[in-house]
Amino acid sequence: MHSKADHFKENSRRQLGDATLQQNMRRFGGRFAQARAVAMEELPDLEALRDQAAAIRDRSLYQLDEWLLRFEAQAKNAGITVHWAATGAEVNRIVLEIAQAADVRKVVKSKSMVSEETGLNEALIGAGLHVVETDLGEYILQLAEEPPSHLIAPALHKNVEEVADLFAAHHHTPRQTDIPSLCREARVQLRPHFLDADMGITGGNFLIAETGSVVLVTNEGNGRMVTTLPRVHVAITGIEKVLPTLDDLTTLLKLLPRSATGQSITNYVSLLTGPRHDDEREGPSQSHIILVDGGRSEVLGTALQPALRCIRCGACMNHCPVYQNIGGQAYGWVYPGPIGAILTPAYLGLDQARDLPQAATLCGACEVVCPVRIPLPALMRELRQQSVQQGLRPWRERLGVRLWHWLALHPRSYRWFSRVLIWGLSKMANAQGMVTRLPGLDGWTQGRDMPAPQGASFHSLYRKTSRKTS
Amino acid sequence: MRVGLWITCLVDLMRPAIGFSALKLLEDSGCTVVVPHLQTCCGQPGYNSGDLQSGKDLALKFLHECEDFDAVVVPSGSCGGMMRKHYPTLFQDNLELQSRFTALAGRVWELSEFLLQRPLPPLSTRFKGRLTYHDSCSGLRELGIRHGPRQLLQQIPGVELVEMADRDICCGFGGAFSVKLGDISTRMAENKCRSIRATGAHAVVGGDLGCLLTIEGRLRREGDDQTQVWHWAEILAGMASH
Repeated sequence: MHSKADHFKENSRRQLGDATLQQNMRRFGGRFAQARAVAMEELPDLEALRDQAAAIRDRSLYQLDEWLLRFEAQAKNAGITVHWAATGAEVNRIVLEIAQAADVRKVVKSKSMVSEETGLNEALIGAGLHVVETDLGEYILQLAEEPPSHLIAPALHKNVEEVADLFAAHHHTPRQTDIPSLCREARVQLRPHFLDADMGITGGNFLIAETGSVVLVTNEGNGRMVTTLPRVHVAITGIEKVLPTLDDLTTLLKLLPRSATGQSITNYVSLLTGPRHDDEREGPSQSHIILVDGGRSEVLGTALQPALRCIRCGACMNHCPVYQNIGGQAYGWVYPGPIGAILTPAYLGLDQARDLPQAATLCGACEVVCPVRIPLPALMRELRQQSVQQGLRPWRERLGVRLWHWLALHPRSYRWFSRVLIWGLSKMANAQGMVTRLPGLDGWTQGRDMPAPQGASFHSLYRKTSRKTS
Repeated sequence: MRVGLWITCLVDLMRPAIGFSALKLLEDSGCTVVVPHLQTCCGQPGYNSGDLQSGKDLALKFLHECEDFDAVVVPSGSCGGMMRKHYPTLFQDNLELQSRFTALAGRVWELSEFLLQRPLPPLSTRFKGRLTYHDSCSGLRELGIRHGPRQLLQQIPGVELVEMADRDICCGFGGAFSVKLGDISTRMAENKCRSIRATGAHAVVGGDLGCLLTIEGRLRREGDDQTQVWHWAEILAGMASH
């Protein structure tokens, strides 16, 4: 997917000015967050479970090569063809080769964020294949020709009216505006595609090393149909998604749906372990799994490694006040919200997403809900440090920080500077004691005043009271 | 007990009354309060901007100025979080410094935490009114400050405390964030002000001046010159005019 992540400021400004989007975001509001809070009450010791989940993910990552080779061996045993792809372009090439070898004309897809990374749809359509997204949200976005805005609810930024318009325009059917009718309409449209597709493409929530299984955690029946009806199934997933054992999976499954939608369990949890056997009547005749690096191995062993624990539940964005106001598309690439602010620069390069690590107040709301305890604010701070080291911050910001640093280390100059600043701000204040314009700091004053200082610094006043100081 | 009072750079510059309120509350509860006269800034602005060195330098300055106190008290959860949660992580390659910072972190208190460990002195405030308390992020999530300031405010007979919706959602300040991404910051402040007004409170109180400047600045820009904005210590110390 073409990245617009380096235009975060413009993107977010546009989103803030989009009245419909703002209305949609407000209506969505804290719904997922509330559902999560309720669901977590079912767990007797949530904090211990989060510790366990983080430890499982760490164990997977610290010995990633071993678990992946184990997975590959087991998957091969089960009859799955395992492919390794270093880049997105390689993923697309491999899928096309599989499609050509199997004479594939039509592809149905279930949700796959990794295929968004690689721009798979464009590549397949460019090669003359008919590609249909079948996850309802992704289907809507395919019609709208838009990227997803949320990890688990990709069309969250669209309202019913917008979907009704899209369906009426593309399906040439009477416009309907109630949700059940729209769902029925999508089902009627999609059903024939499931039946005559040659290839089904899915992501993979987890890979199980001990069995060679691909795990899908979904709510719509499309995942089942995409993986069982077409002749060929291709699962595409990042190398970091491997778990050592089925036992590990049970721990993570307690947390993933609850963290995501507030469900105790999703409608479907599928473990796919190879193609149809000779004595079986259903299932694909070919199973492929593409293990994608796409920048992940560069993150391993660095300070950012904890970000690879992510299980894509979306809780961080559901609790992020920045995301809640600007929506996912402002982040400019596949992964939005706090985790996106880390993964995008980690996978694409910090110079490709310079403002993303700055896109947070470091309020910490994401960290306290992350089921695998990714220290998101600390990782953003780490990326901010890397930005400074790589010379990616504007010179005025750097100058400001250095000047402050120097002053704070030189108290006499600092006191003098305080006096000047207080004098200046007081001069600029209006009759109500508010400064309405601050040159160079219009980021503040464009939408709010700056209360003027009370008149003198604490330390100058304190000295005058001739108290004992150390 | 010999207590070092850390004023914070924002309070020093913008609202010394908060510093004097803290001083009064500490002295009233029987502490010998020392204000280290070379103190400036805890280093958080630089640290959060990605300038690790400025964080380290100012942490060392803090250690030098405050290590000898029985307790260091700060009227800000944000600076308190820096000192208690972040300083001990800055020197992982130096065991001696790390253990000194860890030990000092155990003696750093946000003002409400410290006051609640001691018998509360008689309050001189006559403040009357309906208040709503904004949970500042660092204090809440780094130090776990939630009930303390509310508990203290409820000691005042004339105070009625009402809770706003989304009380623990960020006001949009975020230090340099408020300038770098002013549009988003403003929208967050706008949301916060909407929640505040919906309570019908006479005043919003908080424990971090950064949030208070953001909230007051936004309220006034919206033309609201009625809703007062106070640090809870100002109310408790009787320094909030009404």
